[in-house]
Amino acid sequence: MEDYEPTIIAFTCNWCTYTAADLAGTSRLSYPPNVRLIRVMCTGMVDPKYVIKALLEGADAVLISGCHIGDCHYMNGNLKARRRVKLLKELLPRFGFDEQRVKLTWIGASDGIQFAETITEMVPKLKALGPNEVRNQMVL
Amino acid sequence: MVTFTLNGRQVEAEEGSTILEVAETYNVKIPTLCNHKALEPAGLCRLCTVEVYDGRRTRFVTSCNYPVWGGMEVKTDSEDVIRHRKMIVELLLARCPNNEFVKGLAAEFGIEATRFKLEEDDCVLCGLCVRMCAERMGVSAISMTGRGTDIRVETPFQIKSDACQVCGACESVCPTGRIDVREIAKYEPRPLLSDWEVGLQERGAAYMPFPQAVPLAAVIDGEACAHVRTGNCGVCREFCEAGAIDLDMKEEIIEVEVGSIILATGYDLMDPSPMKQYGYGVYPNVFTSLEFERLSNATGPTGGVILIRDENGELTVPPKSVAILHCIGSRDVNHHEYCSRVCCMYALKYGHLIKEKVGHETKVYNFYIDLRCFGKGYEEFYRRLQEEGITFIRGKAAEITDQAITPEEEGKLVVIGEDTLLGKRLRVPVDAVILCMAMEARSDALDVGRIFGVSQGADGFFLEEHPKLGPLNTATDGVFIAGACQGPKDIPDAVSQASGAAAKSLALATLGKVLVPSTISWIDPNICAGCQTCIGLCPYTAIEFDARRGVSVVNEALCKGCGSCAGFCPSGAAQVRHFNQKQIFAELDGVMDAISAVGI
Repeated sequence: MEDYEPTIIAFTCNWCTYTAADLAGTSRLSYPPNVRLIRVMCTGMVDPKYVIKALLEGADAVLISGCHIGDCHYMNGNLKARRRVKLLKELLPRFGFDEQRVKLTWIGASDGIQFAETITEMVPKLKALGPNEVRNQMVL
Repeated sequence: MVTFTLNGRQVEAEEGSTILEVAETYNVKIPTLCNHKALEPAGLCRLCTVEVYDGRRTRFVTSCNYPVWGGMEVKTDSEDVIRHRKMIVELLLARCPNNEFVKGLAAEFGIEATRFKLEEDDCVLCGLCVRMCAERMGVSAISMTGRGTDIRVETPFQIKSDACQVCGACESVCPTGRIDVREIAKYEPRPLLSDWEVGLQERGAAYMPFPQAVPLAAVIDGEACAHVRTGNCGVCREFCEAGAIDLDMKEEIIEVEVGSIILATGYDLMDPSPMKQYGYGVYPNVFTSLEFERLSNATGPTGGVILIRDENGELTVPPKSVAILHCIGSRDVNHHEYCSRVCCMYALKYGHLIKEKVGHETKVYNFYIDLRCFGKGYEEFYRRLQEEGITFIRGKAAEITDQAITPEEEGKLVVIGEDTLLGKRLRVPVDAVILCMAMEARSDALDVGRIFGVSQGADGFFLEEHPKLGPLNTATDGVFIAGACQGPKDIPDAVSQASGAAAKSLALATLGKVLVPSTISWIDPNICAGCQTCIGLCPYTAIEFDARRGVSVVNEALCKGCGSCAGFCPSGAAQVRHFNQKQIFAELDGVMDAISAVGI
């Protein structure tokens, strides 16, 4: 598995992390290319179904990232996301997923560097964790 | 109506009114001492004595409590009457020969010396205090005691009264200044401090909020007003000629339907007391910037004369040297990291005012981190002040102390700091210190924000929709922000922002229509089970339950499309348009297919 490259699906909120990722790009920051962003208006709209669907489709990890607590553009969507992810993490082992495959972070619109760092940190950890084998084991 | 003669003139008056009242309406002056509009006439001082001729004989009566009747002839300034009054005043002068009020009264009557034995007293026994306490306050904490020549105003048994409500009404009506509520009350009187003068001045329970108040009308402080607290008093009503005082007014909640709301709730000045190193509250001559603003203001407690506190705490002494400490609480990682923006410029203004009002020899020291004179004409003003001889020391002051180590520091406040340009530590002895306190978000900004759906930034100020594209808008449509509630700003900026916010709300009003974003939620009525989970989740209260159909419905004018409902909907009925489940799944499929086709 020398050349295994994990795939990260990131659900990023339109107002903070999506903008931060943009900023990381315009600031010419380099970070691993393993991430695919799916823009959502708010982390509060990320249905647990989306996360599980992404993992079942073969993603090695899902990152949900929004505005800092208190900075939510929609007042408290990120608080709802936090609550939901906590519950989701308890459910993940039942689906056969390691709970480390789901990560929730707060990255503000001006934190381009932090976005790049987050992805840079995630990739080696996922490499250590190994690829997501569950998809092959489950009968779909 | 009765008709009678007043000083040889036929006058008409209502039956039951007193001679004094009628004289007043006909502009005839009768001197009084124990008469008070709010009190029943008592006829105690007898200074209002007039001459009444009833056709047979002449009598001297007190006009304050003598009712008029038809056909009487009243003379208010006959020789006999004046002789009578002079005697009364002369006797009063003998009783209180050193009292300024009585001396003034005697001078009015042309009396220079009294023929009687001099006594040492300050009380003219007018009884105003006693009657005020009994009639108006319903307390009777003081009364007239003793008889004849021993009559005095006292508390029962001459012990400090615990019935006294410390309202000070007795003190306020005493003409001679004899009454001191501290001698009567068991409890220490608490001064009512004016908020507008930041506690530098006292005020009454009824007061003008501030000189340019709109509307310019007096207000009554319900927490201090004796009528509101006890149901008595109401003296102010007797004096208000317009009859504008309604003491039975109750607070009420008024509902107003509006199309848009502008929040302009302002800021709080940071409280310097927790910063012990600056000694605010310990050293009397350490002022906050707002206190100094009042001290230098023409309508302030000193009438615009810049004075600092003497050893008694009274504002009497002009300062010889003043230190102005910039950035107290701002640009400080321990307090607020932001710059309060306005301090540099008002500190410069204060320096200028001190030089202009106190005198050019007054020394002004500015301890600054950076001088940010960013506005139109500001840099020029800074240069002018440098030429005026104001000292600028680059370096934030570390401490204020009264511990002198050299003779010239004796009795002064010493500002300890460092001049970072010279690389030298400094001790600057001054008479007064002004702390340029940080502007901070209002203490209740969180509650106000919750009511109006406006979030706060990390600094506590209200968050605008976008720093460049929506600086007046908030996350809630139709709610705009203006002024220092959005962040520290000076008057020109606040005015510009307020004008902008007003224009924005007018634009909404004239348009008569509201544009809603396309990315909003929609609940499929064919799927919705009517569990109403989404209603509690919606931060904009945009979802209502349609009881007839048994489904939840999104109000499209209110929905912002955050998708809180969509993320939680157990049946998947709630979806955000353009971000619905089908679309997200398709996006996921596309991403994963691309990855498996070409790899990372």
